[in-house]
Amino acid sequence: MAVITMREAISQALWEEMERDEKVFIQGEEVGVWGGTYAVTKGFLDHFGAERVRDTPIAEAAIVGSAIGAAMGGMRPVAELMTINFAFAAMDHIVNEAAKMHYMFGGQFRLPMVIRTPGGGGRQLAATHSQTPDAIFAHFPGLKVVAPGTPADAKGLLKEAIRIDDPVLFIENATVYQQKGEVPDGDFTVPIGKSKVQREGQHVTVVAYSKMVPYSMQAADILAKEGIEIEIVDLRSLRPLDMDPVVASFKKTNRAVIAEEGWRSFGVGSEVAARIYEEAFDYVDAPIQRVAQKEVPLPYNARLEQLALPQVEDIVKAVREVLR
Amino acid sequence: MNKKEYLDLYHQMVLIRRLEERAAELYQKGEIGGFLHLYIGQEAVSTGIVAARQPRDQVITAYRDHGLAINVGIPANEVMAELLGKATGISKGKGGSMHMADIDKNFYGGHAIVGAHLPIATGLALSNHMQKNDAVTIAMFGDGATNIGFFHEAINMAMTWKLPVLWVCENNRYGMGTSTERASAVSDIIQKACGYGMQAYDVDGMDVIAVKEMVTERLADIRGGSGPQFLEVCTYRFRGHSMGDPERYRSKSEVKKFIEKGPIDKFRKYLFKEKIATEDELDKIGAQVANEIEESVKFAQESPEPADEALFEHIYVEPVGGA
Repeated sequence: MAVITMREAISQALWEEMERDEKVFIQGEEVGVWGGTYAVTKGFLDHFGAERVRDTPIAEAAIVGSAIGAAMGGMRPVAELMTINFAFAAMDHIVNEAAKMHYMFGGQFRLPMVIRTPGGGGRQLAATHSQTPDAIFAHFPGLKVVAPGTPADAKGLLKEAIRIDDPVLFIENATVYQQKGEVPDGDFTVPIGKSKVQREGQHVTVVAYSKMVPYSMQAADILAKEGIEIEIVDLRSLRPLDMDPVVASFKKTNRAVIAEEGWRSFGVGSEVAARIYEEAFDYVDAPIQRVAQKEVPLPYNARLEQLALPQVEDIVKAVREVLR
Repeated sequence: MNKKEYLDLYHQMVLIRRLEERAAELYQKGEIGGFLHLYIGQEAVSTGIVAARQPRDQVITAYRDHGLAINVGIPANEVMAELLGKATGISKGKGGSMHMADIDKNFYGGHAIVGAHLPIATGLALSNHMQKNDAVTIAMFGDGATNIGFFHEAINMAMTWKLPVLWVCENNRYGMGTSTERASAVSDIIQKACGYGMQAYDVDGMDVIAVKEMVTERLADIRGGSGPQFLEVCTYRFRGHSMGDPERYRSKSEVKKFIEKGPIDKFRKYLFKEKIATEDELDKIGAQVANEIEESVKFAQESPEPADEALFEHIYVEPVGGA
């Protein structure tokens, strides 16, 4: 087990998959000469060459649309969108083409493709560059939406995403690229569509994914000092959404907090809470709490921005609330 | 071309025409649902293109796709069954009129969002380029699609990367009910391709032989390494944009003028003039097509509905629990 950063985990996954299969290639804005705006593909151009590390025009519909076509034509593209905020410029190709291509033609076409993109706020990039719109993409059957919370899962899930024949939107979080964690040695994959208990506890179930996983871990340390043991269930993928570990945990704790970085309304927390109520209503001891972003476009001012974003302390408070 | 090949082109064009005339009737009766966009009047375009391509060249088009479906060799039975939404349809009843495809025949659909298939065509060409085969991607689209951003992103990327694509604009003069003059700052569409430094050509879309010859030359150029090329095909649809088009945007006399220059009549005259076929021979083909169409309607009507389980099939390649 090596301890590496999230960025290194993602970079290693891409590198190893490109070494393993020559049909895998990367395209996106500044992935080549620049080395990736978040340095994830640093060194790739020199090693793999410009044919397989393709700098594209700033044209998101073409980046995703051509990845779809390349996948239909037998390649295994990994398209990078510089941030998830730019995915809106490729929305038609993500939800209207990629998500439907296999179904709508009676199973004729396969789309072995990944769209990698970082989201999240907290870097003073203001309203258009700071969003966490994950739930929107999770709305569409046909697309797989993955958002890892640890370096090990990032590496294993990305390798799996590249190897399967379905289109995967792989959502990273730009503020946790430096987060470190233990990653298994050698080649390994993590199946998509399996939630995972990242920390065991008996008092409250905290459902989280992506950046809210390390935040929940921090909250767990604070709460442990008060004698409260939370069980953290990491969704890891939003579609397919694996509720089994969530429901199993809830049946044990009877209380839940759901943490997400995106807005509360119509969010991941709304969906997970509804499913807990549907599947485990008899086990509910307290109203489920949702921790999420305040319902404002994110402001530039650092203090206001942090005020709008969910914090570790918000998770701590919500846990205390469900135990009240 | 030998006589058999000429007659095959004629057969395809008449088959498209009759299939769609019959589909229009079935639509009126309520046996076909959704939208139905007829290709009638434009048959020479897809027929000429497919006659010119190598089987390995991919074709992709917009929602007016029945013609191409027939040209690539999807049996009329499966086209008709798809129109009726049956399990035996080419897309298993899940796509309908606008979403026909046949991967085994390198026909990549049938796409209903205007212009959205153009970046996909760029990607198909990229896959040819990266796999170092010499296939060319042929992307067909209407005049209306040249006004949407997807078009510009797609041809810019293809040209920048010198990918093997033939862009074919089927200019039928109207995007739904809005004429090119009213929708495009530059109504001479070829200029848009020139703006990207692309070699551009035009051809009479009512003349199947002219289309075939032009496309043959373009594909040879592209296979030879020219990079993408652009072809504007001047054509006209005789029917409305879709069923239920009030056609307030054009006059009856304008439609009549184009019908008189129609592609099937024009090809008949050519075959007689060049003494390739007799009236008898062409009439025989007409009668054969009539039988094929009636057979396809019978096949479609008698085919089963998709099973309930089909609802959840093909959402993903790798099945998953939950949603």
